[in-house]
Amino acid sequence: MQSILRTAVLARPARAFCMRTPAFRPVSFRTLVTKRYSADHESVIFDDTTGLATVTITNYAQSSLGDVVFVELPSPGTEVAQGDAIGAVESVKAASDIYAPVSGTIEEINEILSSEPGLLNKSPEEKGWLCKIKLSEPAELEQLLTEEAYKAHCES
Amino acid sequence: MTASRITLGIRTSLRLSRAGTGLRTCARRYGTASEPLKRTGIYDFHVANGAKMVPFAGYSMPLAYGDVGQVASHNHVRKSVGLFDVGHMVQSNFRGATATEFLEWLTPSSLSTLPAYSSTLSLLLNEQGGIIDDTIITKHASDAFYVVTNAGRREQDLAWFKQKLQEWNATEKGKTGPVEMEILENWGLLALQGPGAASYLQSLTSYNLRDLLFGKSAFVPVEGFNLHVARGGYTGEDGFEISIPPNQTEEVARMLSKNPVQLTGLGARDSLRLEAGMCLYGNDIDESTNPIEAGLTWVISKDRRESGNFIGADAVRQVLKDGPSRRRVGLIIEGAPARQGAKIMGPGNEQVGSVTSGIPSPTLGQNIAMGYVESGLHKKGTELEVEVRNKLRKAVVTPLPFLKPNYWRG
Repeated sequence: MQSILRTAVLARPARAFCMRTPAFRPVSFRTLVTKRYSADHESVIFDDTTGLATVTITNYAQSSLGDVVFVELPSPGTEVAQGDAIGAVESVKAASDIYAPVSGTIEEINEILSSEPGLLNKSPEEKGWLCKIKLSEPAELEQLLTEEAYKAHCES
Repeated sequence: MTASRITLGIRTSLRLSRAGTGLRTCARRYGTASEPLKRTGIYDFHVANGAKMVPFAGYSMPLAYGDVGQVASHNHVRKSVGLFDVGHMVQSNFRGATATEFLEWLTPSSLSTLPAYSSTLSLLLNEQGGIIDDTIITKHASDAFYVVTNAGRREQDLAWFKQKLQEWNATEKGKTGPVEMEILENWGLLALQGPGAASYLQSLTSYNLRDLLFGKSAFVPVEGFNLHVARGGYTGEDGFEISIPPNQTEEVARMLSKNPVQLTGLGARDSLRLEAGMCLYGNDIDESTNPIEAGLTWVISKDRRESGNFIGADAVRQVLKDGPSRRRVGLIIEGAPARQGAKIMGPGNEQVGSVTSGIPSPTLGQNIAMGYVESGLHKKGTELEVEVRNKLRKAVVTPLPFLKPNYWRG
């Protein structure tokens, strides 16, 4: 598992949009995107121009789960609180719940996953995104893990 | 989330990922956390082949190998041939002049009429007719039997055999022809399974495997080894279970795992057996299940149902007379797969049973499950519902097995 993780991390260069401190905030109209992680192996990609957080499972999660064959997602419009079970990812061997990493309203779900659940294995943190949540408690983002903290969490 | 649901959330499953998410419940039931895991004779071979090793029934066993996903591994066995290490299972010999009668006391099988070098699925029953374990019994002669039982039931089975042997050997009959049990400790057991199994094994032996029908066994010379080969398995495919002396197992495993054979782990083993409608002890049957409700009445030989003097016979006869209160059924479920513990709901929205095993079937592309429902609701085509994540999903009673078996019957 650790070797898989290492490969995955190497294959995924630090993303340009990964802002850590306001000090690096460019004085422009560029979209600011923050990527954080939950201890439940989800990533949250927050876009400050839309106020939407895109929720995904992490690459580490998909490699542990194996072939994903079914994804159940919440209905758009659902209000969720951080930690609520909002759906599930099913592989042949197991069902894994998806927990809302942040509170808010489900604005959009990735409809492609109903016909192509394998996208979760191929592109877990991009094309295989799960849902977009309009944040009601933006401060929750700050409590989520940074990339380093998440890496440490996976290795522990 | 209901309390009964086996929650394998990302939260827990990934923390337990080394223990294999889907098999966690089995590992928890069978494993004793405080004891170090045992290894089969080919542990190093698995590791060298990139196996992801997980605790199962007290052993460290391969869940999957390298990058081969469970679906690909499963499909390979259905279409070609796979090799499974089942050396964690308990192999034993029972010998003695009254061995047939002894085993007919412990099981409801008709072993006296079983031809030599034939195997039968059988059951160890307790006094209440509950299933202590399921087992494959192979008769070599009326005074010699080879028995394979589940690793997860090792302690219970061995204690049961020991106690019953003592009782038997103290009777008049037992004194005239005592029965001895020999556990084949550290012997290997490999299962070569799939439509390509016979042609692969045939290339390694002069023995004509066309003569070895499903349910038969023989000592077969394989590249200089003389191995006990039983035709059958746990996948619904044609195949062989090969018993190997301890110091030869790794060499035989190497010999049996060349192209097109793929090493296959516990993950695919579970989905293959479920499609084949076979029970997993601890999930689908246990000491609270009787053979009739489990759909295993066929295991009780007709000649023994009326008059057989086996442990649990009275209880079994009572159920046969009254009819079982519940039945094991197959289900095809729409939408989400139902897992062990999911509630099965009846037409009046009342709970009528529970799922005992369930997966999205790689071969059928549908969600399949086994479970128990109240008698009367067990008929083919009955429409029920299964609760998954607080939502009801349509479930239709479907005959088992889900797939037609592909056994070699000549």
